[in-house]
Amino acid sequence: METHQLHPDTWVDLYADYLFNYAVTRVNDSEIAKDLVQDTFIAGLKSAKNFKGDAAERTWLIAILKRKVIDHYRKINSKKGKAEVRMSYSSQTDAEGDWLEERIADPNSNFENDAIENEELGLAIQNCISKLPKKQAQVFIMKTIEGMETEDICNSLGINASNLWVMIHRARTGLMGCLNQNWF
Amino acid sequence: MMISCEKAAKICDKAQYKEASIWEKIKLKFHLLMCNTCAKHSLKNKKLTSLCKQAKLVVLSEEDKKKMKDSCSKAK
Repeated sequence: METHQLHPDTWVDLYADYLFNYAVTRVNDSEIAKDLVQDTFIAGLKSAKNFKGDAAERTWLIAILKRKVIDHYRKINSKKGKAEVRMSYSSQTDAEGDWLEERIADPNSNFENDAIENEELGLAIQNCISKLPKKQAQVFIMKTIEGMETEDICNSLGINASNLWVMIHRARTGLMGCLNQNWF
Repeated sequence: MMISCEKAAKICDKAQYKEASIWEKIKLKFHLLMCNTCAKHSLKNKKLTSLCKQAKLVVLSEEDKKKMKDSCSKAK
């Protein structure tokens, strides 16, 4: 089996967005997510000597981030008063009485699965983006995720509009191929 | 009226970002009626757009990344 090595200098460029997406879907707050990613990198640096090389770098970092997310929830729950769980069967105030029957899950609802699927989807797309050539990924992210205007992107990268559309086209074709097996 | 497949693909990409003009869209529609390959590609392209929207992707700004790099190099 091939052994993996750590290259901490490339971490931010390679994995920051991936880890950030992972964290955001779990803590629902981009500021907290940012801090968690930051903590993950620092923790990774500190324990780099413990890295055995049997997992890929990103997997290893995700494992650290997972712990950070858990720690985060522990911290906010241990603050006084928040540990107390108040339970009421119904949040609907206009309902008459506490009818437990009203509270069972709707068997026809796909809502819960949607959330899980979306999270996996986000990571799958992020993963595919990271496999694209750097320039294509950059243009695709600016255009699609940051929603920048064509003209602004052209100005900041010093390319013309037809260059941009060629790169967008290649990026999109690449992503379609990469996502093909699971999502189309 | 008939445009090449390359042209159609470019308009199709533009349309994903709502940047195709009405006239371009008409030309594209017409092309898609004639060309099966492009019609398939167009469907996939639309699907990719909706997947990206659905996933609610987020990215860190360059500034944030720079801050991270700085504090990482401090921690070393």
